[in-house]
Amino acid sequence: MVPHRYRWIIASLFLSVALALAACAQPAATPAPATATAPAAPQPTPTAAPAQPTPTAAPKGIIFGMLLVGPYNDRGWSQAHYEAGKYVEKKLPGAKMLYIDKVNPADRPGTTASQLAEELVAQGAKVIIFNSDDHKDEAIKFARAHPDIVVIHASGDDAWKEGKNYKGIPNLANVMGQMEYGKMIAGCAAALTTQTGKIGYLGPLINDETRRLAASAYLGAKYCWEKYLNKPAADLKFKVTWIGFWFHIPGVTADPTQVAQDFINSGYDVIISGIDTTEALREAAKATQAGKKVWAIPYDYIGACEEAPDVCLGVPYFNWGPSYLAHIKAVLEGTWKPSWDWVGPDWKDINNPDTSHVGFVKGKALSPEASARLDEFIKGLGDGSIQLWKGPIRLQDGTLYVEEGKVATPQQIWYLPQLLEGMEGQSVPTK
Amino acid sequence: MKEVLLPRARPSRWVEFGFQGLSILMALLFTTLVLLMAGAPPIEAYRQVLEGAFGSLKRATDILVAWVPLMLVTSGLLLTFTAGLWNIGVEGQIVLGAIAATGLMRALQETSLPPSLILILAMAAGMVGGAAWASLVGLLKIYGGVHEIFGGLGLNFVATTMILWLIFGPWKRPGIGSMSGTEPFPEHLWLPVFPGLRLSPWALLLALLSVALVYVLLRNTYFGLRLKAIGKNIRAAHRLGVPTARYLLLALLGCGAMAGLAGAIQVTAVYHRLIPPISSGYGYLGLLVAMLANYRVSWSVPVAFFFAALNIGSIQLPITLKLDSTLSGVMQGALVLFVLLMQGARARWRSKPVTEQGDDA
Repeated sequence: MVPHRYRWIIASLFLSVALALAACAQPAATPAPATATAPAAPQPTPTAAPAQPTPTAAPKGIIFGMLLVGPYNDRGWSQAHYEAGKYVEKKLPGAKMLYIDKVNPADRPGTTASQLAEELVAQGAKVIIFNSDDHKDEAIKFARAHPDIVVIHASGDDAWKEGKNYKGIPNLANVMGQMEYGKMIAGCAAALTTQTGKIGYLGPLINDETRRLAASAYLGAKYCWEKYLNKPAADLKFKVTWIGFWFHIPGVTADPTQVAQDFINSGYDVIISGIDTTEALREAAKATQAGKKVWAIPYDYIGACEEAPDVCLGVPYFNWGPSYLAHIKAVLEGTWKPSWDWVGPDWKDINNPDTSHVGFVKGKALSPEASARLDEFIKGLGDGSIQLWKGPIRLQDGTLYVEEGKVATPQQIWYLPQLLEGMEGQSVPTK
Repeated sequence: MKEVLLPRARPSRWVEFGFQGLSILMALLFTTLVLLMAGAPPIEAYRQVLEGAFGSLKRATDILVAWVPLMLVTSGLLLTFTAGLWNIGVEGQIVLGAIAATGLMRALQETSLPPSLILILAMAAGMVGGAAWASLVGLLKIYGGVHEIFGGLGLNFVATTMILWLIFGPWKRPGIGSMSGTEPFPEHLWLPVFPGLRLSPWALLLALLSVALVYVLLRNTYFGLRLKAIGKNIRAAHRLGVPTARYLLLALLGCGAMAGLAGAIQVTAVYHRLIPPISSGYGYLGLLVAMLANYRVSWSVPVAFFFAALNIGSIQLPITLKLDSTLSGVMQGALVLFVLLMQGARARWRSKPVTEQGDDA
């Protein structure tokens, strides 16, 4: 038997090597930007009253942190947030973004989002943006534990006084875009293009948000199918298939590539994507190369079409920049208050990067006639002459949800309990 | 029998020390090379990892949060390794422990039972769940002739399917179908933590107890001695009258119980709900720790700590250097590879074959 102290000596070698390295590293690292330590200079606290403008104190900088559920370059949801952060850095001198991407337990096992948020705070962040519906519980936990940090949770409803889940947390705000409009436009473009009359909707997981967005796409498709093409609604097939999460996690979710192929193989020639990544577009391009005619409409990110422009009908996208800029500016100026922002498009120009939270860029594959009709549709949505969330609206099981002549309330739209009549696919999870 | 008890001739401990040190240096060199290829400053990266692991009390205790399940799993694996078993199924045993604990808490959370009792029962349920799953591996091996690696892998897949089915099906949140997990448990059913930290003293205590238990079992008991005999030569042990089937099963049950406890702790102290990746890969990581520690309890404690520290420290890499934090995985893999390589080299140097596995605690 070897005396035990020797084993401990051997084991402690790990530590000594590491410490030796640290000792060597110390001098070399000093000239590098000191990002590791929080700025020692006094910082304006977000809760403080507006600071007296003293001549010596120029507007100070602010560090904001962002937790992205997917990769920062996913050409979808997370990249739209990442670019918004870059926008804030550009527009607000002194603002600096820190971010961690792939914040989900499958990619970062053993960590939680609130733990990662604390690491951003340790690097000096005063505002933390949680970018996913999946971060809801963690955002609340973190906000309650850190009352001095402003927390913005994208897509939640915990700060909505009139909503079902109001928590009244003084340092938590929600921001979400009225993507219902973007999805209506997408649905319209799909209906104007399909030759088989079959539209597939590649859905993420099932919840209030994804139900109302899929339903909005259907409402847009149905309207344009009936009004512009004069075809009966019964001839339009609209099928939703859910994969189980916002993006593909091998072995855990259904494979979106497979789902897209299944759509294509059963005659669906336009696929509208509701997930964070671009599999639908990729598969449409592959099928088109193989001689089929298939189109796709990606989601979330303004540049999503670039991956396969020839089959892209356009993309409804989020432009989070202006909203985040407003929040972070308010924090810097000491005027921030919690709010629940469900921000719509700027109807004067839905693609204005400084004013419109939701936009739609047309793709190369959209035909000129369809494009002209789509413009007419967008104009109608903007001036209120087209109101799609107006009764009678029936749920998938046939119950009347919005009565004849009435317009759905924000609560009715936000908390849509089922898909709509005429849509195929699961309304509530049964798996 | 006599042969088994005789102390084996060993090389000088300084030689052993040198080989171990060399493998660590090689792993560091290899990781540095990877960093350089990724265009990152290696020294700064190592500094960030250290700072990220030990820069504050909270971070240092976060290491222990990761160390607890890893150590529980590794302790269990030392039992099965000693018996000569490759318990790959440990991942599934963690998952089943988590499922059993969640099931019990869901059943009892509405009752008026005191929260502490519910939590204790949840821990017990986790141990039972993990042990039951491990017993399947054992029964398949002993009565079905299925090698434990294949049985374990198969059962891991079944466990994954089961947890997904529960999360998307019977245990889904109302109106929601998502892999995000089940409804979080109310705060009074969270395992208590040190104020302001994420570390639970109870979880830490359970991990320490499991290490002590395995240490004593393997060193000071006939049970341990017989397990070692089985690990060295199962036929010989059988002929000498050791009830091998029972001991193999007992080793697996012990390992399953500890893995299941790790799963229960992940549910009650870390995530406060059931999520599909609840095991966080600690099962496979535990296998690496056991190998790197040369299947010894005393070494596995610092090795598990080192792995946990790498995991926590590497969180800094994406924040400050925009590096992927999977680098910690590269480092862990490189370490294990080089240590195994050095064990081979050492064996050649001694010019005689070695079977170090589980020869002492």
